[in-house]
Amino acid sequence: MKWIRFGVPLLLFVVMAAFLAKGLENDPRHLPSARVDQKVPEFSLPTLNDEAVLVTQQNLKGPLLLNVWATWCPSCRVEHPMLNALSSQGVRIVGLNYKDERAEALAYLEKYHNPYSMVIFDQDGDLGLDLGVYGAPETYFIDANGVIRHRHVGVVSDVEWEQNLSAIWRSLAEEKI
Amino acid sequence: MIPEIGHFAIIIAMVIAIVQAILPLAGAAKRNTRWMGVAKPAAVTQFIFMCVAFICLAYSFATNDFTVKYVAGHSNTYLPMAFKLSAVWGGHEGSLLLWALTLSGWTFAVALRSQQLPQIMLARVLGVLGLVAVGFYSFLIYTSNPFERLLPQFPVDGADLNPLLQDFGLIVHPPMLYMGYVGFSVVFAFAVAGLLGGRLDSAWARWARPWTVASWCFLTVGIALGSWWAYYELGWGGWWFWDPVENASFMPWLSGTALIHSLAVTDKRGVFKSWTALLAILTFSLSLLGTFLVRSGVLTSVHAFASDPERGFFILAFLFLVIGGSLLLFAIRAPRLQTESQYSGVSREVLLLANNVMLVLATVIVLMGTLFPIFFDVLGLEKISIGAPYFNAMFGPVVVGLLFLMGIGPLLNWKRHKIGRLIRPFIIAFMSSVIIAMIALNLLGMSLSLWVCLAVIVAVWVVWLTLLDFYRKMNTARQGLWAGFNRLSRSYKGMVVAHMGIVVTVVGVTIVATQDVEKDVRMRAGDSTVVGEYEFRFRGVQEIPGPNFTAQRGQVDVYVDGSLVAQLTPEKRRYWVQRNTMTEAAIDAGFSRDLYVALGEPLGDGSWAVRIYFKPFIRWVWGGGLIMAFGGVLAMSDRRYRLKVKKRLLSGLHAGAQA
Repeated sequence: MKWIRFGVPLLLFVVMAAFLAKGLENDPRHLPSARVDQKVPEFSLPTLNDEAVLVTQQNLKGPLLLNVWATWCPSCRVEHPMLNALSSQGVRIVGLNYKDERAEALAYLEKYHNPYSMVIFDQDGDLGLDLGVYGAPETYFIDANGVIRHRHVGVVSDVEWEQNLSAIWRSLAEEKI
Repeated sequence: MIPEIGHFAIIIAMVIAIVQAILPLAGAAKRNTRWMGVAKPAAVTQFIFMCVAFICLAYSFATNDFTVKYVAGHSNTYLPMAFKLSAVWGGHEGSLLLWALTLSGWTFAVALRSQQLPQIMLARVLGVLGLVAVGFYSFLIYTSNPFERLLPQFPVDGADLNPLLQDFGLIVHPPMLYMGYVGFSVVFAFAVAGLLGGRLDSAWARWARPWTVASWCFLTVGIALGSWWAYYELGWGGWWFWDPVENASFMPWLSGTALIHSLAVTDKRGVFKSWTALLAILTFSLSLLGTFLVRSGVLTSVHAFASDPERGFFILAFLFLVIGGSLLLFAIRAPRLQTESQYSGVSREVLLLANNVMLVLATVIVLMGTLFPIFFDVLGLEKISIGAPYFNAMFGPVVVGLLFLMGIGPLLNWKRHKIGRLIRPFIIAFMSSVIIAMIALNLLGMSLSLWVCLAVIVAVWVVWLTLLDFYRKMNTARQGLWAGFNRLSRSYKGMVVAHMGIVVTVVGVTIVATQDVEKDVRMRAGDSTVVGEYEFRFRGVQEIPGPNFTAQRGQVDVYVDGSLVAQLTPEKRRYWVQRNTMTEAAIDAGFSRDLYVALGEPLGDGSWAVRIYFKPFIRWVWGGGLIMAFGGVLAMSDRRYRLKVKKRLLSGLHAGAQA
């Protein structure tokens, strides 16, 4: 009987280890967002190309991808060719230029090609803050009603797209019809 | 060539560790003295080879050898030399190398300072340490080789060290923390060796105590440094975030604190044996768990710089073997341990048991808060993140309870205490604590909340009773107080100092957490803003070149009643290579308050977002940590650990063998 009492720590540990092993299979980059299944927060920001043009949440009716990027973010550069490919396939991508310099951002798009149908210029990170941006790059899937349906943290790689994200995109695109 | 030597040195160290694990343990089982004799020289040579490996990696950094993948990923020709050297542990592979080096260093220290230990005990301890080392070396060699080459194509220049890590705090913080983490492997090895030999008595506890206290001191300083670093480097003015990585270092600290107290009881009274052994296993397990959490990518954290499931599985498997194995051994052997004395009712044993329960409770609170997000995730529930509110709400009561006990504990006698004689001093102490605390709170002009009041009351309570006890014990010598002071043992003085350190930290935490002022303002050159009695005048921003960055340096002058008290120069640094921006806060530190200014974003038209913080008593948070560590050092140097107790131990061993 004493054996059982002294075996309790072992038992507890085994249970914990099982959870940890299972936890390893989950990808910590699938962060939840308080905003998922909610409307895009209200905002009013200029576009990158023209300071005089203001964009609001009304302009973000999908289906579209809202891609948070910046010139200071090396991973965004990794992601960029994929975005170019997606936009040529007809995926509508809106850029959210996050805490960046206008001139540098424009030069960047000049150099690496512009996959965005429009770029919102969020120099102070206000919209980023409201969205709960964790770090660039991040990509939000927004449906026809302007509701955020999914959030992807990190680079949208071709593997990610094929395995998970394209299905989400297709379901959004079909909803519209 | 040099990196290959380093790589080779790790492999040799691993082979030695395998020998060190097998022969002495087998020798101890078979009572073969020659096999057991292998342990000591093996420990020494293992350490030498690890030093060689470490120096090789440092050399590769110093000479900008970008053919080494790890160097290319974490250094750059522009990086100042001090940071090139500290970059050795700036990434996953290197910090693991540091881990392994630290482990071999502790093993070396045990081998050197083991004159008092019976050979069989030493053989078992070093054997267990060898086993742990084998796990870490194979982790290094198979999944995280720091000497991997990028040949034939290698970069002309490196990717630079993460700017967050280019800082003095980060040069010293990880080695300190690792000294603490890994140091608990020694008491773990003692516990396993004790369980293997079926012998966990007072003598055993006395050997294990100084090692435990030593690692605890390192860990205390390491945690304090980490908190200080986060405070001045991250630019948010925060000093503790309940981040998983911070928790990973805090959990072994909590259970290590419990272990120190439980070891004291086992040493003095020969009771709590199995509990002490369990705590020793738990403490080291939590250190390993911390490594797992940080390295496996199972949790996201601001600190996590490597996340790789393959490594995660390796560590988890290793964790499973070490912890599972030792707990199995515990389940089999612990029931046979015998208690050597009795205690009853109100006694110091009971108080220390209560202290242990509280500390373990605190550990569990942190553990749950850290792991619940994973559990939820695995069970397919939503991803949740447990934040500071959970920890703060749970921690307040535990800390108040602990301090309350801390005041009483040292006054009680071992075995049994007639409580009647203590009631009067306790009532007096309690009343005066309340009064003094209220006066202090009033003088500081602090806003009162229940928890602030309670925390300050128990803090005064502890100081009052500890000093009372100190005075009483000092007053027993007929030759006067000074003689009485000298007669008190260093371990008692160390305890008093460490307890005072806790009080200092708790007071600091309570005040800064509830009374700090944060102000985000938009400022142009010439603007000023007022926080309390301080007036902050913004003088504008200049561009200043640095060695591997360009800085925007703001200047803020601080006045009190029109006279200048501080000139602060917060910076916004843009690092060229990684192209990211860092906020360097400017801090005017003081005994009772810090003034903290950080530059936010430029807002156009020449104005800047400026963050101004007033942090009362923040230095106390870390100062208390240093005081605690000093108390630990004092206790470690007690002469009873240095006495030749060999004879008595040997006779005890003899008696044990006959029984």
